[in-house]
Amino acid sequence: MIEALGYFIEIIRGSLITARHFVVNMAFHILKLFGIKTKRKGAVTIQYPEQKKELASRHRSLHRLLTREGGKPRCVACMLCVTVCPSECIYVEAAEDPDPEIQKYPAKFIIDLSRCCFCGFCVEACPEDAIRMDSGQIEFAEYSRQDLIYDLNKLIG
Amino acid sequence: MIVILKIICALIWFLTLTLYLTWLERKESAVIQDRIGANRASIFGIRVIGLFQPFADAIKMIFKEDFAPAFSRKFLHTLAPFVSFFFVAITISAIPFGDFIRLGGRTISLQILDINVGLLFILAMLSLGIYGIILSGWASNNRFTLIGGLRGAAQLISYEVALGFSLIGLIMVYPSLRLSGIAQEQGELLFGFLPKWGIFLQPLGFIIFFFAALAETKRVPFDLPEGESEIIGFFTEYSGLKWGLFMMTDFMEIIVVSCLVITLFFGAWQVPWLASDGFHFPGGGQWMLPHWLVVIFQVAAFNIKVFFFCWLQILIRWTYPRFRYDQLMNLGWKLLIPLSLVNIVGTGIVMSI
Repeated sequence: MIEALGYFIEIIRGSLITARHFVVNMAFHILKLFGIKTKRKGAVTIQYPEQKKELASRHRSLHRLLTREGGKPRCVACMLCVTVCPSECIYVEAAEDPDPEIQKYPAKFIIDLSRCCFCGFCVEACPEDAIRMDSGQIEFAEYSRQDLIYDLNKLIG
Repeated sequence: MIVILKIICALIWFLTLTLYLTWLERKESAVIQDRIGANRASIFGIRVIGLFQPFADAIKMIFKEDFAPAFSRKFLHTLAPFVSFFFVAITISAIPFGDFIRLGGRTISLQILDINVGLLFILAMLSLGIYGIILSGWASNNRFTLIGGLRGAAQLISYEVALGFSLIGLIMVYPSLRLSGIAQEQGELLFGFLPKWGIFLQPLGFIIFFFAALAETKRVPFDLPEGESEIIGFFTEYSGLKWGLFMMTDFMEIIVVSCLVITLFFGAWQVPWLASDGFHFPGGGQWMLPHWLVVIFQVAAFNIKVFFFCWLQILIRWTYPRFRYDQLMNLGWKLLIPLSLVNIVGTGIVMSI
């Protein structure tokens, strides 16, 4: 009986906690409704498509190929990213570059984003700092898988 | 003629409140959990904090496929949601919304049917709602729903006992089963200043009644009949509008329980110290009011109290986890029923002194 009474008190305390949350949050919501700015908000929600959260500086987003001064890709088609890629989603076809300093350039550089797991190994492996994952784009959903195969033009642009 | 008008008004009030309780449930749970809640439903781009959400839900539910499994008993499967809906909807007929209103020389009581056993009528109709549960569980012809239905029936029958016993003390204090009579009695004063509400006369009875009534609504601390995701409940085989009827029944039960609680324990439509001609404060002050204002005060008081108890029940639903089945039965049989018996004896002793 005394044990049951203890439970009863705890039950009431529990509902007081939720009631406190309700009252406090409701007060902030009402203040906002009347246009009064407060430091705290009634909800922690970020209303996504309209409001966006800033990405962290080390966030791995869509790949980006860096270019030289002439607009050509920095990539020298060394195949290191292709080798390290755990989901085997990068395809590079090398071609000879007339410039003896560069020697090779990628004729095709294709990333299949439907397979990419965004591990960032390609960025770490690259000796030329030619690929980075800092474009800040995180919304690239498509209706067909074909559209997720990104080629050189899309990656540079 | 007037009865039909009253039925229409009461049903509009009841169903609108039901519709918006679904919205309130979502919003209140969101505010409790530091979220915002449903606010996207819009008409022509206007979204008033999600007030159109119930309509969007209703449209979705109407156009969903109304699927009945091939192995179910078709007629009973269709009948079950209507049974549970009907027996809840009918209880509103005995609830007094206010005292009376004088219109063009006629006195109209703000209650659809002033039955002299109104309290028993409501309790009986609420218990008949069990048939909806058992029917749906059995007619689906699925073992899990059948077990869910039986669980529901066992729970409701157990708590029906405590529900009935907890009211006996109240009936002893206000010697009447007529809800309008009980409401009328609560307008008097206790010790000259305290309104003679049921909560002051029967605090223990109120607690037992409220717990048992919560169990009757089959919502979360007591939602073993449903147990949507973990223990499969009685309306698993329902979809579309029939499922919606079960859902609406739940929300209607919240309103009915709120109405019952305030009618029996919180003075129904009574505002403290408000008589039919104005306020008579205990200090001797008076504030005379015209008849129409008194009626507005009474109906507003009724509505505010109902809203508060709906709010409280949703708060409870979003605070507590579900009972285990043996805990549920222990609470019902070993705690609430003995306590309600103690309450009856105690009331009798106090009354005889």
